[in-house]
Amino acid sequence: MSILVVMEQRAVQGPPAWSRMSLETLAAGQQLGRELQQPVSAAVLGQGIGSLAGELADKKLAHAYAVEHDLLKDYTPDTYSAAVRQLVEHSGATIVVFPHTYQVRDFLPKLATALGRVAVSDVVAHRVEDGKLVCVRQLFQGKLNVDVRFTGEPPYFASLQAGAYRADTLEAGSAAVEKFTPQLSPARTKPLDLFREAQRAVDLTAAEIIVSVGRGIKEAGNIPIVQKLADALGAELAASRPICDSGWLPMERQVGSSGQTVAPKMYLAVGISGAIQHLVGMKGSKTIVAINKDSNAPIFEVADYGIVGDLFQVVPALIEEIQKAKS
Amino acid sequence: MKIVVCIKQVPARDSQLRVASSGAWIQDADLSYEINEPDAYALEEGLQLKEKHGGEVVVLCAGPARAAQTIREALAKGADRAIHIEEENLGAFDPLGAARLLAAALGPEKPDLVLTGLQSDDLGYGQTGVILAELLGLPHATIIMQVEKQDGSIRVKRELEDGWFQHVEMPLPALLTIQSGINKLRYATLMGIKKAKSKELRTVSPADLGAAAPAPLIELSRVYLPGRSKQTQLFEGPPKEVAAKLVEKLKFEARVI
Repeated sequence: MSILVVMEQRAVQGPPAWSRMSLETLAAGQQLGRELQQPVSAAVLGQGIGSLAGELADKKLAHAYAVEHDLLKDYTPDTYSAAVRQLVEHSGATIVVFPHTYQVRDFLPKLATALGRVAVSDVVAHRVEDGKLVCVRQLFQGKLNVDVRFTGEPPYFASLQAGAYRADTLEAGSAAVEKFTPQLSPARTKPLDLFREAQRAVDLTAAEIIVSVGRGIKEAGNIPIVQKLADALGAELAASRPICDSGWLPMERQVGSSGQTVAPKMYLAVGISGAIQHLVGMKGSKTIVAINKDSNAPIFEVADYGIVGDLFQVVPALIEEIQKAKS
Repeated sequence: MKIVVCIKQVPARDSQLRVASSGAWIQDADLSYEINEPDAYALEEGLQLKEKHGGEVVVLCAGPARAAQTIREALAKGADRAIHIEEENLGAFDPLGAARLLAAALGPEKPDLVLTGLQSDDLGYGQTGVILAELLGLPHATIIMQVEKQDGSIRVKRELEDGWFQHVEMPLPALLTIQSGINKLRYATLMGIKKAKSKELRTVSPADLGAAAPAPLIELSRVYLPGRSKQTQLFEGPPKEVAAKLVEKLKFEARVI
């Protein structure tokens, strides 16, 4: 029985580099190894990844697999799932963990299905009970948690949420780099250009205070209510994804996994329930304030201060009090 | 182009959720339900593709009898017909089991394109579409923000993290999971609602499809309220009072004003 961590590298700008979450996942894999007393290995896939494999060599690992192939140069679900599948079979790993990135979401369910397994996606924590792994994940956009157990045969697959584990607990050591060359056929899908939309005019990451608005604002015509609050605080206005999807604020003001990641001195969330896609973009803020009518809204789990109430009554009162305090 | 859109019915977004006494799921009897939001965008994308290129949009939904309401709404928005895999206890199916149900109904349809939302708002695995593609032997792409039909193939815009995107090309038939915000949702018209009543809604059971619930490979053993990671100071009461309290804290404790 052993654990395999499948790392993710990207070469978006410049040479291949780890995606941030990969190191968190590696630390989580080592932690699992200690708890289950199983050897831990890690793998990096791609082409021209020798230096990244070299970085794995000074971590406490049984094996550092360098999975190289010309067809792994650009990510495709066909080639990546086939390569990881062959590596899992070769290594005999019984628990395989991944960072829960957009790329992993794209191929992990395919890989698990090909092996007749079900992956547990987006894991936020885990426990070991009677020598068995229990994964904790979220339901209903973070309103509830659930314990999930594997009931079938290994290998067991899980992907770990950003920020759920800490990369700074990584244990140094040494590992022999082992090259693994999978047998691959060309993918059916053809990856083309990587690009970013037009230059961002708003850099939310530079703001000291951010007032962010979510679905609770109900309609576009109500946006000025939160704009006034932002003005009173000298803050930038930001939003959760649904607000930008609806075109009520431009996409460049979106905070979350698909928008900007911010960590201002104060983040004031108005009418935002706090789906995980939003939380990952702001939970590093120094002081988090939330206004929401639902006292069980997940945003309150990360908030330092919260007001449970109707934002249409609370926000005007808050503006008045802020102006008083500032004068 | 024949397009099948897989949709799911989920508890309405602002539902107050309570854990059932069994501890294994929520109390779901008194909730109101709606279409899973990303699936609404998948449906809209299907309808727009049909309007541009001709063809048919078929809605496929696995769920209990109450899901028929959500299916009718999809027909009212413009889908041509629907298949309802009626199963009262969908919770007995893990993501692979649920996708097998959908695959069994989908296979004979031989669609050119299968669309699903990228994830469900209830379980949120974000896996059904990709599992379905694998079961059907179709190429796929996930978290799609744009679909362009070409001759015998499609070119899609895939969303990545941190504001990055990638174009991907693939042959048809294929499966895409659609991201919220890809398009602007339409409302059903009065005429659409009227027409929906006479559209075909075929109900099948898992047994009809030869796909009974297999032993699940993962088990949801306990549902509970998450603990708070921070000591949150929560204020409740008259707006003026709580606003004053908060501002005092922000000024003298957090020192951010």
